[in-house]
Amino acid sequence: MSNKFIGQSIKRVEDKRFITGKGRYTDDIKLPGMLHAHFVRSPYAHARVVSIDTAEALAIPGVVAVYTGDDVAAINGVPCGWQVNFRNGETMREPKHPMLIATGDTAKHAGDPVAVVIAETKEIAIDAAEAVLVEWDELPAIASPADALKDGAPLVHSQFPDNKAFDWSFGNPVEEVDAAIEASAHVTTLEFVNQRVVPNAMEPRAYIGHYDAVADKYTLYTSTQNPHLIRLLMCAFVLGIPEHRVRVVGPDVGGGFGSKIYHYTEEALVTWASKQLELPVKWTSDRSEAFLLDAHGRDHVTKAEMGFDADGNIMGLRIKTIANMGAYLSTFAPAVPTYLHGTLLQGLYTTPKINIDMTCVFTHTVAVDAYRGAGRPEATYLLERIIELAAHEMGKDPAQLRFQNFIPPFDGVTQPGYQTQVALQYDSGNYAPVLQKGLDLLGYDDFRQAQKQAANSNKLLGVGFSTYVEACGIAPSAVVGALGARAGLYESAQVRVQPTGKVSVFTGSHSHGQGHETTFVQVVADKLGIAMEDVELVHGDSDTVAFGMGTYGSRSLAVGGSAIMKSIDKVLEKGAKIAAHKLECAEGDLEYGEGKWTVKGTDKSIGFGDVALTAYVPHVYPAGLEPGLDFSSFYDPANFTYPFGCHIAVVEVDKETGKVDLKRMIAVDDVGNIINPMIVEGQIHGGLAQGIGQALFEGTIYDENAQLTNGSYMDYVMPRADDLPMFETANQITPCPHNPLGVKGAGEAGAIGSTPAVVNAVLDALWSGGHNDVKDILMPLTSERVWRAMNN
Amino acid sequence: MITYPFQYKRADSVADAVAMLGEGGKALSGGHSLIPSMKLRLNAPDTLVDVGRIAELKTITVDGNDLVIGAGATHGQIASSSVVKQHVPMFAEGAAHIGDPSVRNRGTIGGSLAHADPSADWPAMVLAADATIVVQGANGSRSIAASDFFTGLFSTALEDDELITAIRVSSQADAKMTYQKFAQPASRYALVGCAVVKSADGSVRVAFSGVSDTPFRDSAAESQLNGGASSANAASGQSIMSDHFATEEYRRHLANVYLKRALAAVA
Ligand SMILES: Cc1cc2nc3c(=O)[nH]c(=O)nc-3n(C[C@H](O)[C@H](O)[C@H](O)COP(=O)(O)OP(=O)(O)OC[C@H]3O[C@@H](n4cnc5c(N)ncnc54)[C@H](O)[C@@H]3O)c2cc1C
Repeated sequence: MSNKFIGQSIKRVEDKRFITGKGRYTDDIKLPGMLHAHFVRSPYAHARVVSIDTAEALAIPGVVAVYTGDDVAAINGVPCGWQVNFRNGETMREPKHPMLIATGDTAKHAGDPVAVVIAETKEIAIDAAEAVLVEWDELPAIASPADALKDGAPLVHSQFPDNKAFDWSFGNPVEEVDAAIEASAHVTTLEFVNQRVVPNAMEPRAYIGHYDAVADKYTLYTSTQNPHLIRLLMCAFVLGIPEHRVRVVGPDVGGGFGSKIYHYTEEALVTWASKQLELPVKWTSDRSEAFLLDAHGRDHVTKAEMGFDADGNIMGLRIKTIANMGAYLSTFAPAVPTYLHGTLLQGLYTTPKINIDMTCVFTHTVAVDAYRGAGRPEATYLLERIIELAAHEMGKDPAQLRFQNFIPPFDGVTQPGYQTQVALQYDSGNYAPVLQKGLDLLGYDDFRQAQKQAANSNKLLGVGFSTYVEACGIAPSAVVGALGARAGLYESAQVRVQPTGKVSVFTGSHSHGQGHETTFVQVVADKLGIAMEDVELVHGDSDTVAFGMGTYGSRSLAVGGSAIMKSIDKVLEKGAKIAAHKLECAEGDLEYGEGKWTVKGTDKSIGFGDVALTAYVPHVYPAGLEPGLDFSSFYDPANFTYPFGCHIAVVEVDKETGKVDLKRMIAVDDVGNIINPMIVEGQIHGGLAQGIGQALFEGTIYDENAQLTNGSYMDYVMPRADDLPMFETANQITPCPHNPLGVKGAGEAGAIGSTPAVVNAVLDALWSGGHNDVKDILMPLTSERVWRAMNN
Repeated sequence: MITYPFQYKRADSVADAVAMLGEGGKALSGGHSLIPSMKLRLNAPDTLVDVGRIAELKTITVDGNDLVIGAGATHGQIASSSVVKQHVPMFAEGAAHIGDPSVRNRGTIGGSLAHADPSADWPAMVLAADATIVVQGANGSRSIAASDFFTGLFSTALEDDELITAIRVSSQADAKMTYQKFAQPASRYALVGCAVVKSADGSVRVAFSGVSDTPFRDSAAESQLNGGASSANAASGQSIMSDHFATEEYRRHLANVYLKRALAAVA
């Protein structure tokens, strides 16, 4: 194997089309006769549909159909893909999530659809949707998950009298944790909210359903992170159509951050409607709909207590959290606050006793599901906020308190992985050096000097730390199955060597901005010793790619890349048989490199292309060997991968206005081996911006009627380039011991580590200014909130 | 995000535009406030009269002692104009902080004033500069003092069939002036925008955007300052807006901080 491409910052091959405006997204696809859908949606967060009158809309020229709940009553609801049961064993409550709210039923969040208009143009569909007359009976609604549990709270689903979807506890027995905390010399208590955020993918969701009556075959074009998963969910659970009659294509996808994992009602509805009308039907979300309807992220209300002995060693961690599920259970929603959050509460610390008590509730809001980091940012936020506060309370240095409590290094090869108190076994980790590297980049001692001086000026200076460990490449299937996943979490890959030695690689991963067309090709070209131009990556089409679980959870390279490696091994193994036959030697005499098999110690060799041609023109060929050079593999990892790192923020706080100015953002990440450093850095940058966004800018605001009041870019604050400093990034490399590339995953790390670092920095600034009693400021840290914290 | 159907007409001259407005048309200048509200279907004009190509609206000239800025001058054009920098430098300073480059390259001073968003930047600046809004209607031209122009939330003294043609402001090259804004973090409009002009004789004019639902000259603060005080209470007697970026209490506090900072800048 050569290393010509692996480890190089090769420019992304897909960028040529993206930056010249030639990407092909779902909305760019225009099919002959294509119709356009627009939905009539509930203006209320909770309201009963008294009546629907479609006559006026149907009379508008260009309107082809108007469907209401009665028309789609036979269609199943959108399913949930993960089951978590109540602590007492009772089954998770799973309300039906219907395509359209029927007359007599109730809409359960603002934007819940009651009818769909299908017309010759989008303009006509929108106009006609306004002409659909719906009589509503508005009902009281609730958006806050904590309020949803109160007596007398309006019910989201009348059959679930306490608004609970399920409750759950995890970790050590709670009595043991109680005892550990009881025995502690110091207990730090932190109550906080991890606020709800909107994913804001640049490309809004878009779908085209196309039923071809002649072939009796459906095609769904969809802006998705996982075409095969959508096909499985939609065919098997929603529409009940045989899977082999459905092709799902995910063309270029402009970002998802999790929100395009899930199967949405609009997706199934356009597919169904195309069959009724025998014409393609397109729906593209507008930005207002995206704010209202794309599954949101986070939304936890937490009380955490961490106990320490007199020397500052962590003794125990006890957590109570309420998590908002929204009105319906989205595809992976139950897994996020539980198995992607509760299992991460060990962090990088040797905490001997941990227990989490979780209550997941329904509210009159759109569903909450995985959003960049999915549970791990919430866990990291909790741990890194409470340890920083503990250091402040105990008068200890926050970096030293971390060093003191870190799990010692383990490589997972000569030393075993680290068994946590919360089920996971970390693969490899070496935590102290990433914090040390961060401190070195920061210039910690000089910083504390500068901070002292600033305390007397108009602007306070603060530094905040965050050290994190996260879990990527969620697996293995047997384990997640036992935990409630209703799907496996492996990946498939096919490596098809064409007769001329060119290679097509089919992967079930699906890039929505990650650069797979570059990274995966770098790997394949190096492993085969051929040029990158000779390798093509095919993804996003269920008719060409055998199967796939898609791209999320920073899994593509660790799981999808490993599947490709397995197929490459098979290609080289069979290729060696052919080469040995041609070179008239034993397979064991051959070595592979630089794109050819060479008889060891000689200059006799045969090239990859010649072997490929021989495989397809097998005139001189090993007896009994099948022709062809084309291998599929499925890879089901043995464990998650566990990247880790250290993020450090430096802020300035204006004493008069409370305005926070982020001055420095340092990120030292260990994501295992790195195939393309530029792409990894780009992923870290994007993640940092999102994590900083949550700390300082983003967050939904619901009014007392559960209406989203900041559903536009005039009111919802996205982080912008001029809000952010130049990021200072660095890497440490601790390879993953259990996958062939030694890679861990880098897609979410930035968003996982950065949020608490920024909030800690603001608190540190306030503490340096004598505001020692401030324990928490609600995110996002608006100027007013920070000002109030200083002026209470 | 699709507007209701509408007619589009392009005016080639002010006279042409005024005639079309008289027929019920609505002026379209940079389109950076009007088009977004049409896309959200909050605004549904039958006919748009595009005044964006009328050359005479785009000039920036000096007429005697006055700086005359055409209503169609873009924020970007004003920000980089050497005549503006010479005669009313605050206009260039403030214009440079409106939106982002693409907003500044399309949005116009006339459009901004006619739109009268309480949080827009121009209102405070034209008020503190004591500018005059020159408008043209079917019955000819009239001049409206900036202090008479803003009549409420998104409302002005402009008649439906009147076109703003220019902003006229006396040269204040010998004054010290500044526009300081605390930007709303999402829209970047003014959460508090404070314009202060200190004339050569030491008298001070103060105006605010973003604070109240109508931009205003802060006459209470002015009389304190012109009575010899070195500091003043901002916005006293004004009703203060409240939203999720700034409650009434915090906004008032910010107005005071920004007045203090603006006064320091012209000291
Ligand atoms: C992303 C974004 C950010 C922005 N940020 C800021 C900001 O930070 N600060 C700020 O102040 N503004 C901001 N704006 C608004 C921007 O400055 C607009 O350009 C301005 O408010 C309107 O000017 P326009 O030329 O685009 O007017 P248009 O949108 O074309 O018209 C606005 C209104 O004025 C009327 N009108 C236009 N011209 C005339 C005329 N000559 N006579 C009579 N009526 C007329 C129209 O009929 C309409 O009612 C922002 C806008 C956007 C889109």
